[in-house]
Amino acid sequence: MRSAKGSVFSVSLGVGLATGLYGISFGAIAATSHLDIWQTMALSLLMFSGGSQFAFIGVFATGGTASLGAAVASAWLLGVRNGFYAVRMAPILNKVGLAKLIPAMVTIDESTLVSISQEGIKNQRLGFWLTGGFVYLFWNAATLLGFILGNAIGDVSKFGLDAAAAAAFVALIWARLDTFQARLVALIAISLAVALTPALPAGIPVLVAGISAVVIGWFEARPKAGER
Amino acid sequence: MNTWWAILLGSLAVYSWKLLGFLIPERALSHPRVSRIASLMTVALLAALVGVQTFAGKSGIVLDARVPAVVLAALLAWRKVPFIVIVVLAAGLAALLRFLGWMA
Repeated sequence: MRSAKGSVFSVSLGVGLATGLYGISFGAIAATSHLDIWQTMALSLLMFSGGSQFAFIGVFATGGTASLGAAVASAWLLGVRNGFYAVRMAPILNKVGLAKLIPAMVTIDESTLVSISQEGIKNQRLGFWLTGGFVYLFWNAATLLGFILGNAIGDVSKFGLDAAAAAAFVALIWARLDTFQARLVALIAISLAVALTPALPAGIPVLVAGISAVVIGWFEARPKAGER
Repeated sequence: MNTWWAILLGSLAVYSWKLLGFLIPERALSHPRVSRIASLMTVALLAALVGVQTFAGKSGIVLDARVPAVVLAALLAWRKVPFIVIVVLAAGLAALLRFLGWMA
């Protein structure tokens, strides 16, 4: 039992540190989006969901204060998967009433994945709390560090930080392009967003592109003849 | 909307999904159509953000050093290179191209 606990600890710590590296890029990119250090830290401390935070600053960076509504909506829609993780975690953590408020805060990709990959309810709970805690700690520390680094750089495009944001989204999406439906949705969404960019206010093309998920996802994927 | 209100509202909105998942019974979200659309929504929004972050300029569509940087990022992601390496190398390529004056 002792060694299993030890391995949960080291997996959680490793995942937390890796997420910290990702947090540095978030902080650095946020520094280029005209958010100040307090606003950037508020996103990491309160929103605490990488994809949603990147979406928020991504939309805000292109459209400024006029696009804040779209930034909120994009962040909200990108957070939907956390709800599915919460459904998965609820029976494992088995909390009632107000005790649900705290685990909900750290219900994210990493804590859920580490938890459900453990054996036995005790290690599953331990994995959830340790990973959630480490990621929260390192993510916020890294955001601060990244913001300071990004701010020190000054001219962002000279160092390619504007390209870093796009590259971050490429890296985030890649593992999800594992089905034909996902690739089709990605292709339609990127085409729609780019085509609509000159015509619509910043942030709106991203939301319109989200419709492709509803339309394609409505239908069940049928494996084509000759596939697999 | 004020930036601070947007941050608080956005944070609350993201948190609402997490809390909702703890409050509703598991079967409510178990419909395959619901989970399918939810996972594809992530793909659609991220793909759209790739497009916007790569091509959007001050006025409409711009082709600059971000485009080769994103192509490099896709190649590295395909080779399963770690996240932080992808971001750093893509930014580095864009910085190099601009330094050389090849693509503003």
